[in-house]
This record gives sequence, structure tokens and C-alpha cells, in this order.
Amino acid sequence: MYDTIIIGAGMSGLAAGIRLAHFDQKVCILERHYTIGGLNSFYRLNGRDYDVGLHAVTNFTEKGATRGPLAKILRQLRFKWEEFALAPQRGSRIAFPGVNLRFNNNIDLLRSEIRAAFPSEIDAFERLLTQIGDYDDLDQDLFVESTRQRLAQIFREPLLVEMLLCPLMWYGNAREHDMDWGQFSIMFRSIFLEGFARPFKGVRLILKNLVKRYRSLGGELLLRHGVKRIVTDGDRAVGVELDDGKMLVGKRILSSAGCVETIRLCDNLTEPDPRQAGQMSFIESISVLNCQPEQVGNSETIVFYNDHSEFDWRRPEQELCDVRTGVICSPNNYQYADDNQLSEGFIRITSIADFDRWNSLNSDDYARAKWLWYDRSIESSVRFVNEFRHRVIGSDLFTPKTIQRFTFHDNGAIYGAPDKKLDGTTHLKNVFLCGTDQGYVGIIGAIMSGISMANMHCLRI
Amino acid sequence: MTPVDIRNVILEILSDISPDTDLSNLDDAVPFREQMELDSMDFLDIVMELKKRYRVSIPEEDYKELASMSSTVAFLSQKMVNVGV
Repeated sequence: MYDTIIIGAGMSGLAAGIRLAHFDQKVCILERHYTIGGLNSFYRLNGRDYDVGLHAVTNFTEKGATRGPLAKILRQLRFKWEEFALAPQRGSRIAFPGVNLRFNNNIDLLRSEIRAAFPSEIDAFERLLTQIGDYDDLDQDLFVESTRQRLAQIFREPLLVEMLLCPLMWYGNAREHDMDWGQFSIMFRSIFLEGFARPFKGVRLILKNLVKRYRSLGGELLLRHGVKRIVTDGDRAVGVELDDGKMLVGKRILSSAGCVETIRLCDNLTEPDPRQAGQMSFIESISVLNCQPEQVGNSETIVFYNDHSEFDWRRPEQELCDVRTGVICSPNNYQYADDNQLSEGFIRITSIADFDRWNSLNSDDYARAKWLWYDRSIESSVRFVNEFRHRVIGSDLFTPKTIQRFTFHDNGAIYGAPDKKLDGTTHLKNVFLCGTDQGYVGIIGAIMSGISMANMHCLRI
Repeated sequence: MTPVDIRNVILEILSDISPDTDLSNLDDAVPFREQMELDSMDFLDIVMELKKRYRVSIPEEDYKELASMSSTVAFLSQKMVNVGV
């Protein structure tokens, strides 16, 4: 009999596992995939290490900071700041036709860029900063307010609104077109007021630290152990049945599988849940260069581009992908300690993609489409950064189908369902959600989700 | 445990929760929240660590007693009188 069974060995499940095992619970984490990480994983191909998910760890604060989510998760998991080995970004940019806004981990750069490009809007921007500062994370009604309506009341320049929305939607918005005000405020703080960073060794360093700690506390982790169903008795779960038919019993279940996905696992529901899983998924092209990106003039960390004045954050309606907007990221372009540098150059480009179209292709068409959209995404991106294609010596591309295959999230949705379940409760009294559908996104957000749901539902008993 | 022992126990827990914070200048009379910016999650941790290490359980209505070092020591001196070091 386990005190808590956790579904999914991603950032949130591992963080929750550490909290519970630390306080002497008997915990088991079940992961269907053969490796850990979920939406923030990594793989090795042709002798090279690739990250999935992570472009940047957001919420960066310097060592010694006592405020902010990074400091909070370090305290809760008993890690030292050095153990995450975060190196800050060099600098990033929002690129729209004819206008660029550069930003880094100090808000003053963005402030001065806005003053230069939109001089009449600088007071409005200060008002926005005040509203973001006043936002209370715990207020559910405020959370779901429309960001577009709010911003329309603050700003007169629609282009500035679109430019501010672009990176924040790209890095964490499950809803099409508009964004919840709570999500916007959390993302704004995590990106513009705190900032981007990356461990030299990428996401695997963070994952390995989490797993090592979890195991050292006596936590069990079972890879290749998928949950077939959650076994219920009345309004409670009694345990889980695994894909191989084995049964595990537990006092409670914490699931990072997603809201719709978790409810589907429950054996006492005949009515399908009306809530829709998320629709926003991506392709990502990864190009390996035979030089550092800065040698071909690309020294920025992340460029968020959009090739027209409106930012259309929607699932593509006509084609497999929409490459009019994208994110260009170079893991080389961080300020690594001791002038460490990755031995090869990497440029990763993310574009919006439609799961259903990718999923319906036969294998020949799928393979062809991958190369077609690899070319198209890069073709689109080099309007906003310098040409690098002559330096490419290796490449890969993952699609919404790849994401679905390895994470088991419906539609390969990166940021989960549009409607978040902030309190993590379900129709069963002892089944709770953590991870992307509970409300927090990104690496720090996912870890925070696991911690807070473990604290709220599994430790206060 | 004597009040001195209890103070050391709390210091040990605080340094585990917040290893990067210098506790040598901690003012016993000033709330932790003001000196270390501890939030409700951290207070839950102090309670959980006391339960884990010394089997002392503190009901939620008494969390307010843990505001500062001096109030914590005063409160726990009664609860932990029979707890060995």
C-alpha cells in the first residue's frame, strides 16, 4: 500500500515525489515512457544530445535571492542554487515587421526599447508593470480575465500589445487567440521581470538532480510502467491497474497525465468529459552548425518573430504548420561559467502545428512533410536572423505526433488544456492533478505545481 | 529539551530549508517572515520537519505561534518538554 501513487515522471511528478518521500511517505512514480522528463525531456541521436521542451529556464534570479519561484522551489526541495547551475541569457528580441524590442534579464532594457519605439506608450507600460505587480496568484476569478481586454484598456498602440503578447503566449499559453490574465501576469514576471537561463548541460542536469534526490529519499520510480486505469470505489480511487495488468493500491493518486487524460483513466465514468484538451502544438526544427551561431552573426539567446502586425496564436487552419511566427533559440548563447561553450552550434526553431493533420499522414507523407516543414520554418526564420543554412551539418525535427507519442498528452498539446484546474481537484476525493493542466507551465512552473499540489493535498493530512 | 536546545533545533531546520541564508544575525524578536521572507509553504515545512524529526504535531490553529524565534521557542518549550535531544 502506497501513501501516494504519482502518474508521470516529468518535472512536476518528480518534484512532488521528492516532497512526499522527504516526509517519509511511501511513494511510487509510474512512467509509461522508457525515460524521465515528460514534456521536458532529452534524447540522443547520432552521438549528439538534444533537449526537448527546454529553450530556457524562466524565473531566473541570482544566487541569494529570497523572493520568486526559483528561490521557493530550491527551498522546498532543499537544493542549493549551484545545483541547478543556471547561466543567464545573453539577450533576446521580439521581432515584428519594422520594429524590434530587445530584452534581457533586467527590465530596464525592455523599458528603454519601448521608450524608443513607442514613446507615447511608456507611461502605459509603467501602469502595466504596476498591475502585474499587484496581481494575486491565488485569486481564481482574476486568473481567467481576458488579457486582450485588459491590454486594450492600457495601451493605444495595438502593435505594442501584439509584441508583448508574442513571447508570453509562445512560452505558456494553452488558449487560442486570448490569454488568461493570471497566466499572462505569471509569464510576464517569469520572462521579463526575472528572466532566462540554462544549465550548461541542459535539461538533463535538472532531471538527473531531481531523480537522484528522489531515489536517495527512498522513492520508487518505475519506467515503462503505464497506467491503464484508475480503479475506483464510489467517490474514491483505490489504486491503479498497470498496462501489464498488475495492480497497485494507494491512499491517493497525484496525476500529471493531464486533466482530460486522467479523467479518461477513471473506470467509473461513462460520460466523456466536456472539457477539451489543448490544441496548441508545435514542430521544432533543430539544426546543428559547424560553428558557433555568433560566427554567422547570431549571438542572441532567443528571437520571437512574427511577420505581420497581428499575432495569430491559433492552430493552423489550412496547413500542417503556421510558420508566419516562430521562436529561434540557440542554447550556445548563454553566459556559461568559465567561458564554457557547447562544442557545436545549435539553432532550434519552433513553429505552430496542427496535431490532427500531422497525425493523419501515412508514413511516407509524414517523412516528406518533416523535411518540407524543416525547410519552410528555416526559410521563414532567416528573415529575422542571419542566414546560417550553409553551416548546417546535422538536423532533426519533431512534430506534434512525436510529442504525443512520448508524452501521451492529447493532441501533443504542450501547454495543456485552456481551462486550468488551479486547485488540482478532480471528481474523485483522493485523485489530484499536477503539472501542465493544474496551471503552471515551464520548468520552474511544473516543479512548483508538483510541490504545491503535494503540500496541499498529500501532506496536510 | 531546554529552550536553548529548541532554539538550535529551529536553527537547524531553518538552515535546511534555506541553506543560502545567513542565520548568524537572526533577531529572535523579529518575525521570520520579515527577516527571511518565509511564506506559508515554509511555515508548513517547519511544522512538517518538527513532526518528522521529533514526532511533535502542531495543529493549524497554532501556526501563528511560530512567527518569530522567541515565540516559537516559548510555544515549543511546553510541547517538547519530554522530548530528548
